[in-house]
Amino acid sequence: MTLREPQGHPEQGRGVKAVYGLYPTGSSAQQAVNRLRAAGVADQEITIMSAQPMEDFEFGHIDKATCMWWIACGGGLVGMSLGFFLSWLTETSWPMNVGGLPTWAWWPNIIIIFELTMLGAIVATVGTLVVTAFLPGRGQGRLYDPEVTEGQILVGVENPVDSRVADFQKALEAPTGARVKTL
Amino acid sequence: MTHPTGAQINRDLLRPLLFTSWRFYLLVAFFGFFVLAGLVAWAAQMTLGFGISGIRWPVYWGFYVTNFVFWIGISHAGTLISAILRLVNAGWRRPVTRCAEVITVFALLIGAMFPIIHLGRPWLAFWLFPYPSERLLWPNFRSPLVWDFFAINTYLTGSILFLFLPMIPDFAVIRDKATGMRRRIYGALALGWRGTPKQWHRLESAMQIMAIAIIPVAVSVHTIVSFDFSMAPVPMWNTTVFGPYFVAGAIFSGIAGLLIAMALLRKFLHLEDYLHPVHFENLGKLLLVMALLWGYFVFNERLVTYYGNEPAEMTVFWQTQNGPYAPLFWTMVIGNFVLPLILMGIKRFRTITGCVIASISVVVGMWLERFLIIVPALSHKYLPYSFGIYRPNPVEIVITAATFAAMALLYVLFAKFVPIISLWELKAGEHPSPELIPPATEEHRLGDLHL
Repeated sequence: MTLREPQGHPEQGRGVKAVYGLYPTGSSAQQAVNRLRAAGVADQEITIMSAQPMEDFEFGHIDKATCMWWIACGGGLVGMSLGFFLSWLTETSWPMNVGGLPTWAWWPNIIIIFELTMLGAIVATVGTLVVTAFLPGRGQGRLYDPEVTEGQILVGVENPVDSRVADFQKALEAPTGARVKTL
Repeated sequence: MTHPTGAQINRDLLRPLLFTSWRFYLLVAFFGFFVLAGLVAWAAQMTLGFGISGIRWPVYWGFYVTNFVFWIGISHAGTLISAILRLVNAGWRRPVTRCAEVITVFALLIGAMFPIIHLGRPWLAFWLFPYPSERLLWPNFRSPLVWDFFAINTYLTGSILFLFLPMIPDFAVIRDKATGMRRRIYGALALGWRGTPKQWHRLESAMQIMAIAIIPVAVSVHTIVSFDFSMAPVPMWNTTVFGPYFVAGAIFSGIAGLLIAMALLRKFLHLEDYLHPVHFENLGKLLLVMALLWGYFVFNERLVTYYGNEPAEMTVFWQTQNGPYAPLFWTMVIGNFVLPLILMGIKRFRTITGCVIASISVVVGMWLERFLIIVPALSHKYLPYSFGIYRPNPVEIVITAATFAAMALLYVLFAKFVPIISLWELKAGEHPSPELIPPATEEHRLGDLHL
């Protein structure tokens, strides 16, 4: 167990909210992640931050699985249904016979249905991004260091059990160029 | 060719945001003056009535609808090109995408103004919206004008989000560097961005999905704009080629607009280390392809009309070939086909200067193309009693000039408040060692194509 226990745990409350290291390169950050794993920290308990996607490194692929594609398709289906019902409802609610032509026809309404399908997919995609990436700030930890946007890569553990802080510091200090800090 | 990295990218690209020179105020004042003149002209048109414009029977679509089609076409520069380059994972897209996406948003906003300017009573523009009136009469969903409403708004919404999403990590960079009120504003825009792997994956997935969704929407927008014409029984309008012809023309003018914007940004913001000659060369090749495609469509349209030999169509045809509109037609052909073919087809002319000259000629040529589609046909319909002449009045000329100034003004303001090149996308292009790059993310790098 590396994360802080629920309230009342005897080891809790001595002040270290996070321990983290700043690394100049992806290779050193990868080493830090590997050493934290070796120290018994699970992937979901390791906090990593970088100024750009780090797809060249293994740690950059953590948390990659997403159902965003399916939600986008679902949004598209909702948009398509909306387009269909909007055109059908409005045209049949005031039926006008123009030269015997159909009151509701596919060809002209396909355009409305298509546009609303795509709009539905786009809105669902953005909605999924906001919810699953914890924007705007909702559900995120408090650990952050402005040096990340200067190019440093942050690797750390939030809410560590106090008895493990020294182990984590040791693990984080090992890679070349590491600067370890605590909050 | 130098490749700046990390902190230098931040330093170079945030300079225009953090320091303001007198040139910025001068540019804002200069373009602002023309925008103000346009607003005064529009106010005069509303106050004195539509009669002060040159729009009258039989030509009811003059400069305003020309501008509408032209600006919607220019909007194809950004989101569409950026989406295609993202999907094919072209490495050279990184400094280009945001410059392009901004053009889309502003051009769409300007283009969408014209149906409102074109209304005699613009305060009733909301009648175009799909809502039931007190008599439960809905707008006619079978009308191309209502299709326009849906297509343009979908494209605008998608384009704004497509522009905004990749700006979030950059807002976080500015948040960390700024102080005071500016820090609070950029902090709010950054939406709590921290740069965790999960956030990066979600952002990149969202951009991929939106790129796929936005391409058919972009194609549909200009196809639907072409339906405004091709659905009407007007000589030389009622043709099936208009959809792809308009889309090709839109992409063509869009690339030209993008090249001009890139050249100006490179010059005035000193982005020589980011916008390399090879970016211009690659886009120049694309301009060449589109010039050939545009030439093919014009030849197709003209040849079919000529062989059909339908009297009403031939009347319009000869108006543009050797009649009063011929000087404009042949200027268009030189601007859109001859000049780009020479400048972009010969490698040693495919320089930044060559690209800018070709692009300016294409922008002029494409505006003339829109004008020549609309005005000669409307002024020479089926019966001679409906023949007429259209001459633009000063109010239309001022409003047209104001929209070009508005585009420049919006662009200058955007470049002042947002990094015009995506910081994180540039940094993401720095791969520390090629052997570490996963095969699935391998990019087509700068200068890979040799023509």
